[in-house]
Amino acid sequence: MRRKSKAVRYNKWGYIFLLPFITVYVVFQLIPMFTTIYNSFFENYMSGLTQVGPNFVGLDNYKSLFVQGDIWVYTKNTLVLWILCFVPQIILSLLLGAWFSDTRLHLKGQRFFKTVIYLPNLIMASAFSMLFFTLFSDGGPINSLLMQIGFISEPYKFLSNAGSARGLIAFMNCLMWFGNTTILLMAGMMGIDTSLFEASEVDGATSTQVFFRITLPLLKPILIYVMITSLIGGLQLFDVPQILTNGTGDPMRSTMTLIMFLNKHLFSKNYGMAGALSVLLFIITAALSLVIFKVTGNDKRKG
Amino acid sequence: MKKKLLSVLLSAAMISGIIAGCGNNATTPADTSTAQTDAAADDTQTPEPAADAAADDTSADAAADDTADAPAADEGKVLNIYCWNEEFKTRITDHYPDYTEVDATHGTIGDVSVVWNITPNDDNAYQNNLDATLLKQADAAADDKIDMFLIEADYALKYVDTDYTMPVADLGITDADLSKQYQYTKDVVTDSNGVLKGLSWQGCPGVMFYSRDVAKEVFGTDDPAEIQNYVKDWDTFNETAATLKDAGYSIMSSVNDSYRVYSNNVSSKWVTDGVINIDDNIMKWVDDSKELVDAGATGTHDLWSDDWSKGFYPEGKVFAYFGPAWLVNFSMAADTEGSIGYNGGWGATEGPQGFFWGGTWICAATGTDNAGLIKDIMLKMTTDDDIMTDIVVKDDDFVNNSTVMDALASGEKKVQREGETEEHEYTSKILGGQNPLQMYINGVAGLDLSNLSSYDQGCNEEFQHAMKNYFEGNATKEEALDLFYKSVVEKYPELTY
Repeated sequence: MRRKSKAVRYNKWGYIFLLPFITVYVVFQLIPMFTTIYNSFFENYMSGLTQVGPNFVGLDNYKSLFVQGDIWVYTKNTLVLWILCFVPQIILSLLLGAWFSDTRLHLKGQRFFKTVIYLPNLIMASAFSMLFFTLFSDGGPINSLLMQIGFISEPYKFLSNAGSARGLIAFMNCLMWFGNTTILLMAGMMGIDTSLFEASEVDGATSTQVFFRITLPLLKPILIYVMITSLIGGLQLFDVPQILTNGTGDPMRSTMTLIMFLNKHLFSKNYGMAGALSVLLFIITAALSLVIFKVTGNDKRKG
Repeated sequence: MKKKLLSVLLSAAMISGIIAGCGNNATTPADTSTAQTDAAADDTQTPEPAADAAADDTSADAAADDTADAPAADEGKVLNIYCWNEEFKTRITDHYPDYTEVDATHGTIGDVSVVWNITPNDDNAYQNNLDATLLKQADAAADDKIDMFLIEADYALKYVDTDYTMPVADLGITDADLSKQYQYTKDVVTDSNGVLKGLSWQGCPGVMFYSRDVAKEVFGTDDPAEIQNYVKDWDTFNETAATLKDAGYSIMSSVNDSYRVYSNNVSSKWVTDGVINIDDNIMKWVDDSKELVDAGATGTHDLWSDDWSKGFYPEGKVFAYFGPAWLVNFSMAADTEGSIGYNGGWGATEGPQGFFWGGTWICAATGTDNAGLIKDIMLKMTTDDDIMTDIVVKDDDFVNNSTVMDALASGEKKVQREGETEEHEYTSKILGGQNPLQMYINGVAGLDLSNLSSYDQGCNEEFQHAMKNYFEGNATKEEALDLFYKSVVEKYPELTY
């Protein structure tokens, strides 16, 4: 009996090797996701040491989220922070990527620079935020420096003004992630057929023309991928503003992101409200993922 | 066959990897069994992953549950103490007669072994841990139950107002035993039915510490009694702030310095019948502080931030800090060269109103099997005159014993510290040789803390956060108050406003 099946029964190993992923996925992703949705329909929190609920309340948690209306403010904050971070980041990365992958420029020490620009990403976000918190505090080194060169006469409260606080957060995120984006874009650029560049060179195209007419259009799928992943990451922005503003989202919650708002509900272990908020976030993220599916799918058909 | 053996080995290794990864989740055993039947061809290998998993499970359990690590051989004689730092442990080690230290988290009293469960306060971790364990208290084995835990004033009622905390009367401690304790220390841990549920060995009455050099420069004197005239009530205090501002000094480092002085003198609770209520004295803090900030007489830094701490040194140009003895003794850089404290440059005066800051209370957990021992620890540490005098002399604590403190304040009781040749009156080097004890005592006598609620911690934190926006001009008073209400309701969903 064994002899018979030996020839064809290799496929079971395929399933066995899939098992680790499936198990981890089900236990850590799928089950929590469904319990989150389930929890969002209940009133369920701790008041001191007393458990309130769980009582089924239907869509009340969602209703109160929308009635308070703050969720739109936090969504706006999150998106503003993302745009402030993403625009400079993509420009910087495109520029660096184009330089690094340009065979005519043939930059020296590429390996060194590629490592250096990736380094900020290796620092823990919390450590990075603490560093910036100290640097930009009212009596910190940046203020002393600016006062010494006579640029300002009074310390500027970086973390007490919406503009500078948001700017700082965007700047830190940009600094942390542009190396990663550069490497992704560079990979995309190096994948472009060099004969195209050579042909354009023969035709006498300037490097600006090459960049806008050849590199950029052919880079579109990678660009879209970078944009969507960055957007999803941006929606989940948490660690940097949380630590920089000590969880308050000051000034006046102008730096409060959606996940920081979610975190606020953890104090009372308010699983109902936190669940409802998570489900909303999930819907937004899922919609965006659908977009990337559509776009990359279209691209394949053309190719 | 070799190939087959290899693949069985590989998959077995992989599965044991998964199981090790996700410990005691209920879904994994089912997965194991199916995987095992699959891989059962070579039966010598199969028991291994299961054994692996079992071993991993137990070790994970043991690591997750720190309380369970006491040896069972001790006939159930285990005293579990929950706290957030080393302070109480040090006091017990140094002053409780029968305590012998074993290692950093274990000790013995007679044949009872003491287990210290120390979780730092950061990010509410101590309370989260304590809550989780207390909720399981009824089902826990006798040796695993919490016997004693420590709390702070800001959240005392959260625990005191539940059945998880034992009335001290049930331990056999009478009111007569506690007659020398300061009333406010009892107010903090008295529940809504008037039952006393905890005790403290220390009092933390606060005073105003001012820089003697600045005082001499601006007011021409550094005598505490004269300086008191400049800060005797809030109106005078604010006028003095203007004088100091003209001389180039901030009256205090931040508006948050005076918050406790106002908030300890309220006449209503933060929450009444589920509705958030802001006391008049707290609104007075808002108005006074806004004026000071607008006039440039003080800053808006958070307590403990670098900017706040700058005034510990003369260059910080700060006139005064509000605080109890421990602040000036241990937290104001007194052992750093060049600081005001290092040079004995602080003076102490009572300030506009009495207040307290900090302090630790001992509670007995319901369900403890060590009631007798807890009673003894409480009585020795919080009522015994000799032990408490010893604490003052050795640790510079302000103890919760009026007899001891009065004797030390009046100079009737002399002290002799290690390395000193003769007895002398209790004085503080940091305060330039002043004996501040009488001031602390005066401050503590007038304190009325009947208006505590179990929401104080969240309300105080969020109020200061929200008002910072108003002080800095990022919001109107109404907007800042709205933000405060919103934040409090996020923390305590059952409240309304």
